Amino acid sequence: MQGMIEVIDGGLGNSIQDAGRFGYRHMGITVSGCLDPMLARCANALVGNSPDCAGIEIRGAGPTLEVTQGRVRLALAGEIGATLRRGSGELLVVAAWNSVTLDPSDVLEISYLPGGTAFLAVAGGIDSPRQLGSRSTYQRAMIGGINGKPIVTGNVLPCSSQLRREAREFKATPWRHGDGPIRVVLGPQQGHFKPESVEQFLGSDYQVSTQIDRMGVRLDGAPLQHISAQAADIVSDGVTPGVIQVPGNGQPIILLADCQTVGGYPKIATVISADLPRLAQLQPGQSLRFCAVNAAQARQALLERETQWNWWAYGITFDLPDAVINKDLTAGWPCTVG
Amino acid sequence: METTVSDRSAPLRLLPLGDTAWTVEFGDRIDPALHARVLGLAGALETARSSGLSGDFSGVVDVVPTFRSLTVYYNPLQSDGERLGRALMHLAESAGTASSQGRHWRIPVCFDDDFAPDLDDLAKAKGLTREAVIALMTEATFQVYMIGFMPGFPYMGGLPKVLEIGRLSSPRKAVPARSLAIAGEMCAVYPWQSPGGWRLIGKTPVPMFTASEAASPSLLASGDRVCWQAIDRPLYLEMEAAALAGVLARSDLLLPQGDQ
Repeated sequence: MQGMIEVIDGGLGNSIQDAGRFGYRHMGITVSGCLDPMLARCANALVGNSPDCAGIEIRGAGPTLEVTQGRVRLALAGEIGATLRRGSGELLVVAAWNSVTLDPSDVLEISYLPGGTAFLAVAGGIDSPRQLGSRSTYQRAMIGGINGKPIVTGNVLPCSSQLRREAREFKATPWRHGDGPIRVVLGPQQGHFKPESVEQFLGSDYQVSTQIDRMGVRLDGAPLQHISAQAADIVSDGVTPGVIQVPGNGQPIILLADCQTVGGYPKIATVISADLPRLAQLQPGQSLRFCAVNAAQARQALLERETQWNWWAYGITFDLPDAVINKDLTAGWPCTVG
Repeated sequence: METTVSDRSAPLRLLPLGDTAWTVEFGDRIDPALHARVLGLAGALETARSSGLSGDFSGVVDVVPTFRSLTVYYNPLQSDGERLGRALMHLAESAGTASSQGRHWRIPVCFDDDFAPDLDDLAKAKGLTREAVIALMTEATFQVYMIGFMPGFPYMGGLPKVLEIGRLSSPRKAVPARSLAIAGEMCAVYPWQSPGGWRLIGKTPVPMFTASEAASPSLLASGDRVCWQAIDRPLYLEMEAAALAGVLARSDLLLPQGDQ
């Protein structure tokens, strides 16, 4: 039997995302995907999924979900929590980094996220229609998700259901993003900026403005100077999430997962892939710094991040509810893990 | 089609976009000769990828041709970026040009007043009649340089010089979808309703982006050529209805290869 989740309250800023949509950027279709792919991986791992399964990215008021069919396991990753109201009326607090299994008429009310990004994974992944190779919502082209739109009240999300009750629930320590300056590779157009401005970019604090969405983050700081007024524009060329473009006003804009595919502002630097997920957690008013690394350092940072991820996943443990522990376990586990 | 001014092109440059993409840059301006080299490299890369002979390109996930460069995106966990960069430069040095490999389209446009709010102003600014502007637009052949800005949005060159005009000083909040627009030396069609500052001089019933066409949701591709065909309102409405019903065949809009 298939599992079915009904969205009782869509909340705000929630969308179905997976690992992204590749192979269509030459048609102007951006990659999308969860802004924080590490949280998506963590939440997916907690419910036994492969890392690229579709779930709900939460960027504001979390949704309220009711299981209407099947037995559905969920897990949250990020600075967020939820309240579970069982069909029996029992109320439970559900913390992030713990899996929980819902039966029909159980309702999960996910809390408000004041900033940044969280992710809800569903065992087996949300089985919404795949469009152009991905389930990721891309509002601009109205593709992915449910009808190309963010999660709204009344949506029905198909997913997998457990055949038999799996007694174990899985848990892990919270994933910790690295701290310190955001690492960038300079360019491709650092030559469009005065050398002292490149130094200033790497040596001073920037504040995250309130203009922040899935397309990008605008920063506030001492304005960067182009070498000339003409140097503030280029004939548009390719961009990618992590690119830091600087328009004529001198204030940097970091592009994120839903950014356009080409752009006409010079790009002073590009955030390395190891630090890209950190950008998903930026909040208005927060200050940040950049530091430049070379290609070898970027690669090393990525490999270290992957090692960290392997250790995190290795640390996933499980609990057995008391009711199960008190039973005779000599016959083996009540159910095999999916 | 071939324009040989490549001798004055800037030296080839390999530019990193962090550790996930390379831009191979042929120059810094809009120039059919530079674009022919971009398409030449895109073609050579596609051949190399599909032959599977070179493992250097196996981690490539996206390839985006622009006016003057080719951006090649890769998965840094599946690809040695440095090696990929060297292989791209090697390919770029040996690849030729390809300027007319694309498809040739004839796309209908209705130039009625309400579809073309800037047409009269354009004609007045250029000292031409409305009819003369329409004639200039429908006699020219446009080249698609790249798709970008929004899904399916084609940046096209080939606008007759006499029609070149700046953007609106105050952009519109909502440009209707499928508006034919010009700005500077460029021509485009807005695939979606969106804000925009280009001058609107007509409207096509043909969708520029159709998500259900999974192989190619964007109607146009970099390297294609486009001619506009003036149609009257009844035909416009008929074709628009056909497009909405999903029965407007794209292939009917294609001209035979080599036909001007």
